[in-house]
Amino acid sequence: MKWLVLLPAVALAVAVPWLVDDYTTATLSRLLVLGLVGVSVALLTGVTGLPTLGQTAPFAAGAYAAAQVGLHEVGGPPVQLLAAAGVGAAFALLTAALVVYARGVVVLMITLAIGELAITVASRWKAATGGTDGLIATAAFDSDRARYLYALAVVGVVVTLVLLALRSPAGLLLRASRDDEARMRASGHPVTAYLAGAYVAAGAIAGAGGALLVTTQQYVSPADFSFDTAALLLLGVVIGGAGSMLGAVAGTALVFAARDWLSGLLPGHAPLLLGALFVLTAYLLPRGVAGFDWRRIGRRDRAASPRAVRRANQEA
Amino acid sequence: MDPYLIPALDGVAYGLLLFVVAAGLVLSFGVAGILNLAHGTLYAIGAYVAAWLADGGWAAVPLALVAGVAGATAAGTALAGLLTPVKRGDHLTQALLTFGLALAGGSLLVSAFGPEDLPVRVPAALDRPIDLAGHSYAAYRLVFIVVAAVIAVGLYLALTRTRAGMLVRAAVDDPQMVACLGVNPTRVRVGVLAVSGALAGLAGVLGAPIIGPGPSTAATVLLLSLVVVVLGGLNSVVGTLVAALAVGEIQTLGVALLPTAAPFLLYAAMALILAARARGLLRRWSTA
Repeated sequence: MKWLVLLPAVALAVAVPWLVDDYTTATLSRLLVLGLVGVSVALLTGVTGLPTLGQTAPFAAGAYAAAQVGLHEVGGPPVQLLAAAGVGAAFALLTAALVVYARGVVVLMITLAIGELAITVASRWKAATGGTDGLIATAAFDSDRARYLYALAVVGVVVTLVLLALRSPAGLLLRASRDDEARMRASGHPVTAYLAGAYVAAGAIAGAGGALLVTTQQYVSPADFSFDTAALLLLGVVIGGAGSMLGAVAGTALVFAARDWLSGLLPGHAPLLLGALFVLTAYLLPRGVAGFDWRRIGRRDRAASPRAVRRANQEA
Repeated sequence: MDPYLIPALDGVAYGLLLFVVAAGLVLSFGVAGILNLAHGTLYAIGAYVAAWLADGGWAAVPLALVAGVAGATAAGTALAGLLTPVKRGDHLTQALLTFGLALAGGSLLVSAFGPEDLPVRVPAALDRPIDLAGHSYAAYRLVFIVVAAVIAVGLYLALTRTRAGMLVRAAVDDPQMVACLGVNPTRVRVGVLAVSGALAGLAGVLGAPIIGPGPSTAATVLLLSLVVVVLGGLNSVVGTLVAALAVGEIQTLGVALLPTAAPFLLYAAMALILAARARGLLRRWSTA
């Protein structure tokens, strides 16, 4: 049944650049990129139980790495993508110790600080980032359509990989650690190491998103990684259902599309309506939001969690 | 040392201002368990009111204080009301809700007062430099340091010596027990957010000549006070004060001493503190 919905959706996504004009295609490419970063936020917020406002940091690290690889003519988009994912993962490895010991609202605060630090570095380290002027990247493809299809392919591959990983024992271990950390620890699982692994993987995904940003937008500046972006990513992931990767892509794309549309429609009043959207989401989706709160797990989750722990134990 | 006297003094003023704002944030986080991302907007309310009412005379000062504090307190109380349906401990919903309110509130403030940074007029008698050990220094800032220090001492005494303060400290340590003793948790929560709003509004009115009202004020104040909260831990007023003064000095003396490194100093200090007590932070904060 799921395939009946998914196949036409994929076919439509591939056909879209032939159906709309170049501007819309470029806009859709940008939404895809943010959707990929949304996947990394969902992986941490929904699956791992570490709500984050800081994935803009590996996103930025990856983007600047990709831009530099392009400017120094080291390689084309695939090389940039790998370099950016590597830099994003390395950034996450460096900051993992700050994040994985904390839980709940403290994670929000710490990741927020990490994101702010990244913006500060991005706007001051002129040699690598061009400061607030930003960097103009070398053009990789010759049309908006090609850039869109490249972004679509990369996002498709990464999301598939993440979905496969979440179906494997690794995904089970993460969900079990989120649902019943004490029991996992009692069973001898190194929960902190699992969380660190997920954090590094999310960093790599966000970094890859950075490379795609550079390829599709051909320009990168600190404004791409602002606190507002981080908050909108979190909102999109919550709307998409937090634990769902495809939901994260759709939710994030929806939120950013709504922002762009509103600011075109009502210049100056977009923040007011966007704020109302946040408030409505908080009130209308209590189940979606509570579904991944590790302290107040919904009845369905609680029923599932001992089984998840048992299965994780058998697998290990 | 001499050329750095003025930046160091500025750092004290800046730090005390951040202390008053961050104290409100610590209260709402420590007692009610709410990460209030709209806290900077409460400060902005106070600052805008000060810019709007201040006309350079003395009469405007108490007027702005009353109006600014009342406005921010009302906004804090409204925030508590809007947060009531959200379960305690559902931090993500709280964060989304308060951030949404911050966005909407910021937008309303901009449409009411315009998109420019507003100038703030202090009373004419204080709007002049005075001589300080051979340097000239803005009189308003010296007065501000004294007033803010009095507020800090008052806050400390209120928390340690009064019944309400005792209740606040008890609610930080063991909210269930406080509820068992017959204290209505909703009332504690609304009260704490109202006081938190009052502190932010007070800081906004008094601090408007230092961090003035403008479209970016709320974000600046929120981020700086979050840094103060993280650095200072949660359980002590003294910790928050020390952290606020440190952040103030980094932002002023740090810029004077190391102009290129200063932007990083703040967050580097924060990363160091977090790394040094990664586990300690968890233990400490899990009770809050």
